[in-house]
Amino acid sequence: MMSTQVKESKKQDLTSILYLDGVSVSFDGFKALNNLSFVVEPGEMRAIIGPNGAGKTTMMDVITGKTKPDTGEVFFKGGIDLTKHDEAFIANLGIGRKFQKPTVFESQTVFHNLELSLKGEKGVMTTLFAALNDAEVARIMEILGVIRLTEKAGDLAGSLSHGQKQWLEIGMLLMQDPDLLLVDEPVAGMTDAETEQTADLLRDISKTHSVVVVEHDMEFVRALNSKVTVLHEGSVLAEGSLDTVQNNQRVIEVYLGR
Amino acid sequence: MADAMYKTNKGPFVSLMTGLPGGGKTFLGILLVAALLVPLSNLLLPASSPFHVPTYLVSLMGKYVCFALLALSVDLIWGFAGILSLGHGAFFALGGYSMGMYLMRQIGDRGVYGHPILPDFMVFLNWTELPWYWYGFDMFPFAILMVMLVPGVLAFVFGWFAFRSRVTGVYLSIITQAMTYALLLAFFRNDMGFGGNNGLTDFKDILGFDLQATGTRLGLFVASLIALALGYLVCCFITQSKLGRVLIAIRDAESRTRFSGYRVEYYKLFVFVVSAVLAGIAGALYVPQVGIINPSEFSPANSIEVVIWVAVGGRGTLWGAVLGAFLVNWGKSYFTGSFPEAWLYMLGGLFVFTTLFLPKGIVGTSGTWIEKFKERRRGSPELAPAAAVKEE
Amino acid sequence: MRITIKTIIAALMYLLATQATAYADLADAAKGLLSKSYNEKIAATEAIAATGDAQAALLLETLLSGDLYATKSDDRLVYREKTGGGYQIRDIVTDEDLGVVKSGDIIKIRINNRMRGLIKDLLGRLTLLNEDPALRLKAANSVFKSRPKEMIVPLTDALAAEEDASVAAAMRRALAALNFVHGDTTEVQADALLILEEQANPDVRSLLSAEANRLAAIQDPSPEIQVLATAVSKALAKVEEKLEMLGLVENVFQGISLGSVLLLAAIGLAITFGVMGVINMAHGEMVMIGAYTTYVVQELCRNFAPDLLVYSLIAAIPAAFIVAGLCGIAIERSIIRFLYGRPLETLLATWGLSLILQQFVRTIFGPTNKEVSSPEWLSGAWEITGGLALTYNRIAIILFAAAVLFMLMLVLRKTSFGLQMRAVTQNRKMAASMGIRTGWVDAMTFGLGSGVAGMAGVALSQIDNVSPNLGQAYIVDSFMVVVFGGVGNLWGTLVGALSLGVTNKFLEPYTGAVLAKICILIFIILFIQKRPRGLFALKGRAVEN
Repeated sequence: MMSTQVKESKKQDLTSILYLDGVSVSFDGFKALNNLSFVVEPGEMRAIIGPNGAGKTTMMDVITGKTKPDTGEVFFKGGIDLTKHDEAFIANLGIGRKFQKPTVFESQTVFHNLELSLKGEKGVMTTLFAALNDAEVARIMEILGVIRLTEKAGDLAGSLSHGQKQWLEIGMLLMQDPDLLLVDEPVAGMTDAETEQTADLLRDISKTHSVVVVEHDMEFVRALNSKVTVLHEGSVLAEGSLDTVQNNQRVIEVYLGR
Repeated sequence: MADAMYKTNKGPFVSLMTGLPGGGKTFLGILLVAALLVPLSNLLLPASSPFHVPTYLVSLMGKYVCFALLALSVDLIWGFAGILSLGHGAFFALGGYSMGMYLMRQIGDRGVYGHPILPDFMVFLNWTELPWYWYGFDMFPFAILMVMLVPGVLAFVFGWFAFRSRVTGVYLSIITQAMTYALLLAFFRNDMGFGGNNGLTDFKDILGFDLQATGTRLGLFVASLIALALGYLVCCFITQSKLGRVLIAIRDAESRTRFSGYRVEYYKLFVFVVSAVLAGIAGALYVPQVGIINPSEFSPANSIEVVIWVAVGGRGTLWGAVLGAFLVNWGKSYFTGSFPEAWLYMLGGLFVFTTLFLPKGIVGTSGTWIEKFKERRRGSPELAPAAAVKEE
Repeated sequence: MRITIKTIIAALMYLLATQATAYADLADAAKGLLSKSYNEKIAATEAIAATGDAQAALLLETLLSGDLYATKSDDRLVYREKTGGGYQIRDIVTDEDLGVVKSGDIIKIRINNRMRGLIKDLLGRLTLLNEDPALRLKAANSVFKSRPKEMIVPLTDALAAEEDASVAAAMRRALAALNFVHGDTTEVQADALLILEEQANPDVRSLLSAEANRLAAIQDPSPEIQVLATAVSKALAKVEEKLEMLGLVENVFQGISLGSVLLLAAIGLAITFGVMGVINMAHGEMVMIGAYTTYVVQELCRNFAPDLLVYSLIAAIPAAFIVAGLCGIAIERSIIRFLYGRPLETLLATWGLSLILQQFVRTIFGPTNKEVSSPEWLSGAWEITGGLALTYNRIAIILFAAAVLFMLMLVLRKTSFGLQMRAVTQNRKMAASMGIRTGWVDAMTFGLGSGVAGMAGVALSQIDNVSPNLGQAYIVDSFMVVVFGGVGNLWGTLVGALSLGVTNKFLEPYTGAVLAKICILIFIILFIQKRPRGLFALKGRAVEN
């Protein structure tokens, strides 16, 4: 869909969907990311865990173009250098991001929230004269069904419950039809039932998309049943299945203190 | 589908044809009635009739209409895109100066010094040649072009820099204020070639019509009303389109909008330029009706006052901004005439009162009340209220 | 010669003891001038010089120029001015107006060449040896300007006896100028040049450049002259360099002075805007209230304690702090606390408040400017060298601004209130759960910012008109300083204020004051594009919310 400039790099893994190598970011001397490297394969679901301040959100910022890394490489779909682009461009490339705090357009209806997230040309003039066709309306209705908000389509997003807002935001990501979803703490503030439903939803999504989930809730991570990466002080501490990392001595030290 | 519950997007033209936002038709109707009745009553009714509108009142109302258009332009960016410009008076004044330059050149050799080309103030400063930027202003179409182009280009350049580097919120407000302040200082200078302190005045006629004549004044009044109506339609067109919803999205959650793939800076730039052009047109219509334009129009205080008109009427409600402009300015005329001491207290109090107790303005608040009332009568909470203004 | 000088010094010492009789002494000493004998006149001349009276110099100068007359009727020494009907005469000693007389009524005091030489000699010494260092300095500077050849010797003597360093420096410069102009040999001139080239003085520059031109115009110059010419142009270059430096220093001073004013006006804003995130458009009015408090304190002193009038400015500082601070607390409690988290609404509400406050002050004090006079101790200037004088009130403002900044930093860093304030800024909820009364801290912080603005008003009352619009003039500038310096950082405010002040003063000579200001505004508008959070910005995630 986008022109892809393939960068010639020997180290680079051309088959990966997301590739971070040696990424460092510092704010006023504080190293938020310290030589962070990891790879996500196409179709993979990856859970990222780590204590507060481990650099999870900064990592998301770097991938989505909000923060430029001081050093290091970030590549998408093998050859697209993400450090060279801004948020809007990266979003249109096919990376969707859900924020830690559910962020939806509160003063607009659920329907319009999804409409705004619709994949397609997003230039000013195109948007000014945009009109929905039947296929697009159908797509919106479909996603409404997926996120279980069909009944609420005409309500203001601001009137939704916390969990519904989380779903709406996930729905907005789905409208973008991204190749990679970055999901930051999707079950924060949800009831147990909602958490379970969300895990189901994400597992469904991961059948057709690559998903990176940042989460604190270990039950939820277990329910996702995916490979886990543990971040600590801006770099990868351990990687593997949840059971492997939970038995990792260093991970235990970091989580329980020395 | 469930179309009745929420508006699907059929494109801005269809939206505009099928319905204006709440009260829009009534509003346009009032403008039309005013455009018909005021000139008729002025021309046909005898001066003794209680329904006779004297000419001075026509010009006064014409002035209010121009202010209303200015308020509309501020509401477009503040109410919908969340950009609080404290420098919109600058675009108004630039439009005004463009028109003033045309009117100056229309004076010809009828000035005090009788110079065929140079305006009086230039002769007074011993200038011998017309500065290059005064060329072309003897032609009305060129002047009209400049009325829109000068504010538009300034807004484009300013917005290009500001929005691209993501200057937002109060920072943006402060630098827009700095912009109008810098222009104020610049226009005070005699060697800028815009009449310095005194500005441009002593106009004689416009398009060959005597500016003092009642007919001309009525014409300008009607022209202002038409401009206001068109400006309102343009704003409706924009805000009812998907672009309008993107603007609201930017206002409420800028990051989210960016991560949804929208180039936020371009959207802001677009609406900022449109708004500046509307403000410029308002200024251009204002100048011939008040007969003078001087640097004080650039003063930061003026621009902030415009914001309060919008706040009083209700930001994000379009015709509420118009209402606010009329109410505040009517109050200003009344109180500065009757109780000059009290006016600044009133105006200051209005700022405080509106922000504290009426954050949605008159229209927004009464709209909420009406919705509540209807809900209670109907006993069903299924209705989605008209886009409520969310606070930052 | 030595003896004469000693005599004079002795006479001066004596005079010091008998100041009161000085007038009578001078009149007595001058009596001898009425004599026909030149010897007696010479003795009288020396006696006049020996009095050391300030009028003595005038008397001798008048005598020297042949403008001294005696009245025929009562033998008073007078000088005359031509008027319509004759001559207006005045007593030379007492400066008493003696009315208009005809030319026949007065008789000129004649002098011969011997007297002429003596008077010149005495005249120079008289002021060069005056007991007042300021007068000696003046004499040295006037010799330096007029450069009479016959002053070389007395000046050398005076320099040898001089004890005051600054007067000695002025004498050395004057002597060098004399030697340079009147020197017989190129060696003397070259030596003089060595002293002159160290002077940063516009007169030295014009002297040297005139000389350089003269030397350059000489046809077929001798090798000696050529050497001298090179030396002169070298010295001229050096002096010019020094003057340029001096100009720089003056600009920097002016800039720092303007910067201090900006700092004072902005520093309170840095607290309310930087620390609390509150845009206080009524900040300028807090400054204005401070200025009016100064006025009120001064008027109270004038009416009830005139003796303390000199110190009213000092008393006004705490008064202004308290009055403006209380206003600030009232504003915070009644309006701003309802608007936290809504910066744009706060901006509008405080703007409204500023209108109310202005009108309020206008109602009470009237729309015209109020006079706040400067106390004695703030008038005058500190003259550093010939080309550079720093006025005391500007110096005081610089010191005052520095002191306010220092105190504020102390409060923020070292007091428990400062700690609480920073805690509330960083995490309101956490602070509240730690038992900090956040509402109280908010009110106090706002009060502090407003109080500091009030103190700025005291300073501004010394350099600006005290009118209801006082604050409006500074509000845009203050915001520029805070935004430029970076929010939430007092050092940023300091650097912002000083750099804007200095830049402004450096631009002014080229562009004029108004254009300089416009340039600065445009610069800041562009600067914010590059660094949207100012010079000293916080980075990272913490900034986002």
